[in-house]
Amino acid sequence: MQAVKIVVTGPFNSGKTQFIRTISEIEVVSTERKITDEFRSIKEQTTVAMDFGRITVDENLVLYLFGTPGQRRFDFMWDILSEGMLGFVVMVDSTSPQTFREARYILDIFRRYAKVPYVVAANKQDLPDAWSPEDLRIALRLNSNVKVIPCVATNKESVKRVLLELLYLVLEILEEG
Amino acid sequence: MALKGRLEDFDITKLFNLVHLARKTGALTLERDGKKVTLYFKGGKLIYAIKDSEEKGILNLLFRAGKLSREQVREIEARSRLKSDKEKALIAISTGYLSKEDVLECLQRHFLEIVYELFTWQTGAFSFEPDVLPDGDKLTVSIDLANLILEGTRRQKEWEILQEEIPDLDMALKFTENPRTAIRNISLTVDEWRVISYINPQNTIRQIARYNSMSDYQIRKIVYGLLSAGLVELVPPAGAPKAPPPEIPPALQAPPKVSKGLVQRLIDRIKRL
Repeated sequence: MQAVKIVVTGPFNSGKTQFIRTISEIEVVSTERKITDEFRSIKEQTTVAMDFGRITVDENLVLYLFGTPGQRRFDFMWDILSEGMLGFVVMVDSTSPQTFREARYILDIFRRYAKVPYVVAANKQDLPDAWSPEDLRIALRLNSNVKVIPCVATNKESVKRVLLELLYLVLEILEEG
Repeated sequence: MALKGRLEDFDITKLFNLVHLARKTGALTLERDGKKVTLYFKGGKLIYAIKDSEEKGILNLLFRAGKLSREQVREIEARSRLKSDKEKALIAISTGYLSKEDVLECLQRHFLEIVYELFTWQTGAFSFEPDVLPDGDKLTVSIDLANLILEGTRRQKEWEILQEEIPDLDMALKFTENPRTAIRNISLTVDEWRVISYINPQNTIRQIARYNSMSDYQIRKIVYGLLSAGLVELVPPAGAPKAPPPEIPPALQAPPKVSKGLVQRLIDRIKRL
């Protein structure tokens, strides 16, 4: 049985856990804990180690989705989680401009971990205050060749689109040789 | 007796608060990495500041601020016998080139720039010598510390952000190939133009700051603005030796070897979900 891995990363409360939960065929193995600091007002629980989801392709291949903890004090986990990944998704809460700088920081760190394809998921596009993917591209100072995909992490089709865009990118790179 | 200590234990805000609340008179000297700043206070107010023992000279400050022309500076220099700042300022005022307020405003701005930069110092030694004042021929001002502390604290936060955004001043800048804004259509300040004029992959940000006599804070703020506007991007300086690859365990450096067929299977599966 061969296993491949995609990492879902992004700032605190960007929707990583929900993203994996929406697409995973198993109950997401989540290690969420009660928050004990200033973020408590935003969210009751957060991921302290990782979320873990699975999509079985066939009897010989399985895709694992790993979510990283969003708070920077757990960033020592990031390089461990990124080991051997096929690519990664950077989730951004499009309604929360105060997290954009953190998203850019995380993106830079992951790019340094491994030269693998990545996409940016502009999450929470269903909410009224969401920044458009193009505005997010400017805010995050992303080149025009970086894919910024509108996303609603609670919607399966939307999550599928993000993963497919990432896989198309992987395929494109393989075809280029 | 001098008050001595380290900024790691008693930061600049606390020091200013102390001087302000105790209405102290004296000289506060701060030193870090070969840099030295001395501030003079009278009755808890800032009256004079000097950085790296470098007297900028009032005429130089007024010229840089655009208050005096080069010819006017030369003329005042020629007429001044004692060469003190006080005398030069008096000549400039009496000849009608500028007002007393112009001189004080210019000095105040210069002193404040020196002081605000101190808010970015997280480490260093300080020493406060009571009752020491600048020489009598120096031009002094009187700046209330309450507002200075508020503004300094605001800049301190801004500084932390700028340092995260532009951590390395040894990077160079280049104009973006497809700027989101046409440079002709935007209004730039004089300082921004001064930076723009030196943008070239061969000049590091640090060099551009040095050419323009700008502090780390000033150059970071301008570069951050240009980056945010999408006019420029950071690049390694031309000719610089290639940075060693980051220390990443070998296992993390390469993506797993997968075949196109495998990726296609993943795509097909996700489409069917």
